[in-house]
Parts: sequence; C-alpha cells; structure tokens
Amino acid sequence: MSALKKILDNIRPNFDEGGKLHAFKSVYDGLDTFLFVPNTTSKSGTNIHDAIDSKRIMSMVVIALLPALLFGMYNIGYQNFMAAGTLSTASFWSIFLYGFMAVLPKLVVSYVVGLGIEFAWAQWKNEEIQEGYLVSGILIPMILPVNCPIWIMVIAIAFAVIFAKEIFGGTGMNIFNVALIARAFLFFSYPTKMSGDSVWVAKDTIFGLGNQLPDAFTCATPLGQISQNINVPYSMFDMFTGFIPGSVGETSVIAIAIGAIILLWTRIASWKTMLSVFVGGGLMALLFSATGSSHIPWYEHIMLGGFCFGAVFMATDPVTGARTEAGKYIYGFLIGAMAIIIRVLNAGYPEGMMLAILLMNMFAPLIDYCVVQSNISKRMKRLKTK
Amino acid sequence: MKNVIKLRKGLDINLKGTACKGTISMLKSKEYALVPDSFCGVTPKIVVHEGDKVKAGEALFVSKQYPEVKFASPVSGTVEAIPRGERRKILYVKVRADEEQQFLDFGSKDVNLLDAESVRKTLLDAGIFGYIKQLPYAVSTTPDTVPKAIFVSAFRDMPLASDFEVELEGNETDFQTGLNALSKIQKTYLGISSKQTAKALVNAENVEINIFEGKCPAGNVGVQVNRVCPVNKGEVVWTVDPACVIIIGRLFNTGKVDLRRVIAVAGSEIKEPSYIEALIGTPLSIVLQGKLAKEDHIRIINGNPLTGKKATMEDYIGAATSEVTVIPEGDNVDEFLGWILPRTKEYSTSHSYFSWLFGKREYNLDARIKGGERHMIMSGEYDKVLPMDIYGEYLIKAIIAGDIEKMELLGIYEVSPEDFALAEFVDSSKLELQHIVREGLDMLRKENA
Repeated sequence: MSALKKILDNIRPNFDEGGKLHAFKSVYDGLDTFLFVPNTTSKSGTNIHDAIDSKRIMSMVVIALLPALLFGMYNIGYQNFMAAGTLSTASFWSIFLYGFMAVLPKLVVSYVVGLGIEFAWAQWKNEEIQEGYLVSGILIPMILPVNCPIWIMVIAIAFAVIFAKEIFGGTGMNIFNVALIARAFLFFSYPTKMSGDSVWVAKDTIFGLGNQLPDAFTCATPLGQISQNINVPYSMFDMFTGFIPGSVGETSVIAIAIGAIILLWTRIASWKTMLSVFVGGGLMALLFSATGSSHIPWYEHIMLGGFCFGAVFMATDPVTGARTEAGKYIYGFLIGAMAIIIRVLNAGYPEGMMLAILLMNMFAPLIDYCVVQSNISKRMKRLKTK
Repeated sequence: MKNVIKLRKGLDINLKGTACKGTISMLKSKEYALVPDSFCGVTPKIVVHEGDKVKAGEALFVSKQYPEVKFASPVSGTVEAIPRGERRKILYVKVRADEEQQFLDFGSKDVNLLDAESVRKTLLDAGIFGYIKQLPYAVSTTPDTVPKAIFVSAFRDMPLASDFEVELEGNETDFQTGLNALSKIQKTYLGISSKQTAKALVNAENVEINIFEGKCPAGNVGVQVNRVCPVNKGEVVWTVDPACVIIIGRLFNTGKVDLRRVIAVAGSEIKEPSYIEALIGTPLSIVLQGKLAKEDHIRIINGNPLTGKKATMEDYIGAATSEVTVIPEGDNVDEFLGWILPRTKEYSTSHSYFSWLFGKREYNLDARIKGGERHMIMSGEYDKVLPMDIYGEYLIKAIIAGDIEKMELLGIYEVSPEDFALAEFVDSSKLELQHIVREGLDMLRKENA
C-alpha cells in the first residue's frame, strides 16, 4: 500500500493552496483519509488517543443498517412476486435481484446528491469533509416506500442536507435528524407518493426482472389497514420476519434486531434511549388497547411500521437526541409514547414514529437543560448552606 | 476509621513499558535548569545574572506578582544562561553545577513546635512554596490565599505512571514531616489507593486518610477534592504532589533544599524501563542516555502519556515531573482503510475494534490522533471517564462559547486540565479538551483578578 500512499503524497501539492487543483482540496482530503488513517500526531494535550473516530462510528452504523437493507431488498422482490402470484416459481436470487435493482439506483442517487452537496460545502468553507452523510445517505432510501420517484427524493435530500444540516454548522450541529427531515419534507410535499395504498409494492419490471403489475393494483401497509379499521391479513410470523409491505428497511424486526445488537455491542447507540423508546411505546399501546382505543395488542404496535426501525436507528442519533444520561430515558420514553399516541388518536397519520422523533428532537435540548440545571442547583445549594 | 470512596467511572489504559523497580541510581549532570513554565500561572522575574554564583536553595527567579514566592536553585554553581523566547519569555535558568555542592542552610526545625505562619515563611524563604498548587485554576498557589483544606494524593494511576511507594521507600520520615508541616497550615487530607500497603501511607499521622477504589483518574487530586471537599466559588484548596511533601519534609529535617526525586523512565521505546533518582532540572538527555530503543520517530514526553508535555532531549525535568515516557511518534505509519478494517492492535474503549477479542494485554500506542477534529457527535463519552459530579460536555461547551457565568455554574472551579485527560483520550471528536479547559481557567483567572 506504500505505493498508493506515495502517489497520494506526490499529487498532494496540486491540491494545496496555490496548486492547480486547489478547488478540489476537500475531495483529495476526503479520499486520503478514506484510504489511510491520518498520521498527524498530537501537538498538545493527550499524547495518545483512542483509535475510534467519527468515520469508524458512522461506518459501524452503516454496517448495522445492512441486514435491514438487504432484507428490505429481498422483501421488495417478495412483495412483487407475491402480488403477481408467481412467488412459488421464483428463485431466491431472482427475488433478491429484483429488489436490489429497485433500491440500488436510490442508494446511488442518494449518495451522489448528498455527498455532492457535502463536498461542495466543505470546499466552500475550506473544511475537511465530514462523514455525517454516510449514515443519512443509506437511511433515506431505507425509510421511503419503494415506489417513491427518484426525482422527488433528490429534492428532499438537497433540502434536508442544506436546511437541516449545513446551515446549522454541519455534522454534529444539526437540531433535527437529517434523514427524517428528508422524509418529512416528502411526506408533506408529495403525500400521494409517500402514503396511501399504491406506493408500497414495486409494480414495474426492471431489466426484465420481476413482474409488471396492473396500474390499479393497491396494497396498504398493515398500519394503513388498521387506521381504516380493516383486519390485518398478516400473521405474527410475517410481522416479525418482515414479509409485509412497508418502507424499504423498516419491515423486518429480526434484521433490525441484528442492527441493534451491533450498535449496542460497539457502544455506538445508547441502550438507555433504545430501551426507553420500547418501554414508552409498549406502555402507551398497552394503555390504549386496555381502554379499547386501539384494537391491536401492544406487541403488534411495536412490530408494525417504523417503530423498531425508528427506535434503533433514529431515536439513538447522538447528535439530535438527548445528550445527558438521565435525559436519554425521558427522551426515549416520550418518543415511544408519542409515536403510539399519534398512530392511535390521529387517523390522518397511520404511522407516528417520524413525527414523534422530530418533535422530541426539538425538545431534547430542553430535557437536557432541566437535567443540567439540577446539577447547577445542587452546586448553588452547596454554596448557600456553607 | 478510614473513609473508603469507590469510584465507578474511569479507565485504566494498559501500556507497554511500565518501569520495573530495581536498583535506583542517582543521575548526575554538569548542568541543571529550572523552567518557569513548569510552575503554572507564575510570571517569573529573574533575580540572578549570568555568571552569578548561587548555592542550592538560593532563588533563581521570583514571582513577579508575589516577589516573596521564590524558586530555588536545585544545585550550587554558576548561572550560565537565561535564554528568552518569544515576547521575551524566560525559557529557563541554567546553572553549571559545582563539583562540591553547597547548600543554603535554613536550619533544621521541629515542625511540631512551629505555627502555621512559621511553616509558610520557611517554605517561602526556601523557594519551595511555589510547588504547592491550588484549586480553582490549577495553578501554583499564592501567599495571600487561605486554603480551606490541603490535599495530597499519594498514588498515581495514569498509564505508565511511577509508583509513589517506590519513591517513598527510604523517605518515610521526610514524608511524615512534610505532612505534619502542611497540617499546621490547614486540615490535610491524604488520598491513598486501596492497593497501597506502605506503612508511611496507611498509618500516616496528623492527616485524614481517604482510601480510593477505582480506575484512573481516581489518583487525580482534583477528583479526590471533588469527592471529599468540593471547591465552591470563592474558596481555595491547596493540592500538593506527594514528592513535594517529601521535599518539604527534608527542608524541615535537614534545613536544606534538596530537590531530589525518584522518576520513572518508561514507555515502549525505552530499552529497560526503570526508576532513576535525579534532581529537578536534570536535562532529559542525561535521563535518557543509553535508554532509547530507537532514535527517530519517537515521542519524548515530560510526564505521563495522558497529561505530559511533548519534549525534546534539550528539555529538563520539571517541577511536577514524576516520569519521563518515550512512545513511538507514529508519523511514519500509514494504516490502509483503517476506518473499516477489524484492527486488532489498536486500543479502543469501543467494541468496534476487534482488540477486545484478545482480552487484557499491553498496548503499544503511538502519538497519532487517529482521526479528524469534529464537532461533538457522540454524547456521554466524557461522563464515562470523569468521576466528578460535573457535566463535562456542557462545561467544555461553555468554555468554547466563552460563557463565564455558565462555566462557574457548571463547576469550572473544581477542575484542572488533567481531569479531562482521559476524556480527551476517548473523545471520538478529537477535541483538545485539556487545552480548552486551560484556556477557560486562564480566562476566569484573568476576569476574577
């Protein structure tokens, strides 16, 4: 690898100030730090450092998302073949490949658009490229319905990256979860492309793969059916494994659980936030089913829709969530509870996770303020009682 | 009845190259230098000229603000050089040592018969008062302060730190005399580790002993103050390095300023990590002579790897130096795709590296930052290694924002930069936390002056 490093070192002067390619300095730096761990050494303070850096953290989240993404791809094929009635004759690979081909363009476009904006912004501000979009880039296609057109996704990504992140100061400074802002933007701007009965199952063939379904074909998500008081035609096993219609990555509890284990084991996500989302959601759903307001049991609420996905990958976003340890319990609990409240009490929004997390993103600083204030009060009291 | 204080938060970093106790040789040099920078917060005023003859214990410089605070020469000899750096800053005062050492005699005294004022005066006259530090601000203390308590932490638990029990051996009487002297000034608290067994520590007299159980930074005196007797606004607590307690004791027992201390020479780039005895002001070139495993791409640290300063062979043992560490610099290491490969040789508290598979072992860490500086992304990282009742992350943010009122409310008076050393180590955003805290403390000190 030293030859590669030598090439990089040789071309470096072109990208330094005054060099011919200085306009692409952030691209060069991005590539250099992508290929090799920076060998800059500390000048003051601690002489040794923990090997973890934000690139590693973001990569781990991406790895944790992969099971849900891969399953999502398979499920897209599965839903298409099932709708056409050809499931029994299709092979595993033809089902997966169909889903893969349906999702891949979205992934590529998401990264090209999002990273493009990040690169340009970093170059403009003369800063190093930051890795935040690595996670948002994979999250956005995963929380959209498969039939969401790419062009509107591009608009949403541009909006989210610029207005939810960069104007606040970039990675680590945003108030709202960038991926959810992209989804919320679409949800309110293009409601017909984001919800209803016609967006959850891929209808077209891709390069000859899959089945062409009639335009009139519709299929609601289980939560959509529940909100219309229709009985859900799926078994517990389907809900758990994820063979149900829904956004690309949100359907499989098992795949999300694998991601959760990776995030908790590597200590990247907070177990306090994650657990309290489930506790808050579970208790609220229990309360609603006990009072008769919701006709599905609490565990189905947890398993359906984006609840698990939101709890594991969205609520635990360290930047937009509560930062104090005590605050994480309150923050998570309220997300869980709020998501179920929106689902049950507001028929217009069969899914409440997105709105609950965005709402609590807004309140996270307030929760932290109260927690920190209690520490300050303790210190003030000490001064008075002296 | 001794108090046992258990600390749950912290992190022990197991590094290669711990100093082995063996025969401890006394190092001698032809020249010594006292570095004003090693007395944090002191603006020096030189009281000698080049060519002057000085005795050991005679002042080389004094504090500009408090001229009664003198800083004694470690040896007798001739003042050879007083080099200055940027903005006429005095870098050090170099003394060429005499063959036959002559000590300024302050007269041996029975501490038990002295009052607080006489103890203070003796320390000031002998030029070792400035070795006492204080909280708030973590600076060399001044004679106009009245401490509410004095704290001595008798154990060091930073990575590769020297074992104070090694240093204590043979100096037990001086240590107790030093404690007696401090306790004359104010109630003195001695913090020891639950693993320490030396009688001079366990049975120390005239002090309140607190036993600390837990990982690094339990040995930080700031952490101990926070647990036992937190500093409020307007209060001052003195903190004294245990090696300095021995020096104070020697002064009263012998009447001489004897700045000898035992120092660990440790780290993975040292051939045989061991202890040496040397005077404060000994050149590092003498300390490291014949001990280096290699000559280039190494980092010499005046202190331990977490809080010590990057040094060169031209530097000198400072007032607070209890160890000299040498680790690889790492500026010639190019790790391919480090952000995703399993990486088993890197130490990390995160399980995202596969090092955890290999259990507890010694790591050979270099001085690389291993990432780019970012805004604070992860939350709660600092809290895990800061065993103080303080919201570290919020304090750091208040300092960065320059919000003095918020800093006060969040407890800046209780911390010193070294308390944030572990937080800086684990920080995935790679911020220079110790530097930030130092800036915050300096800002407050200026505002409150």
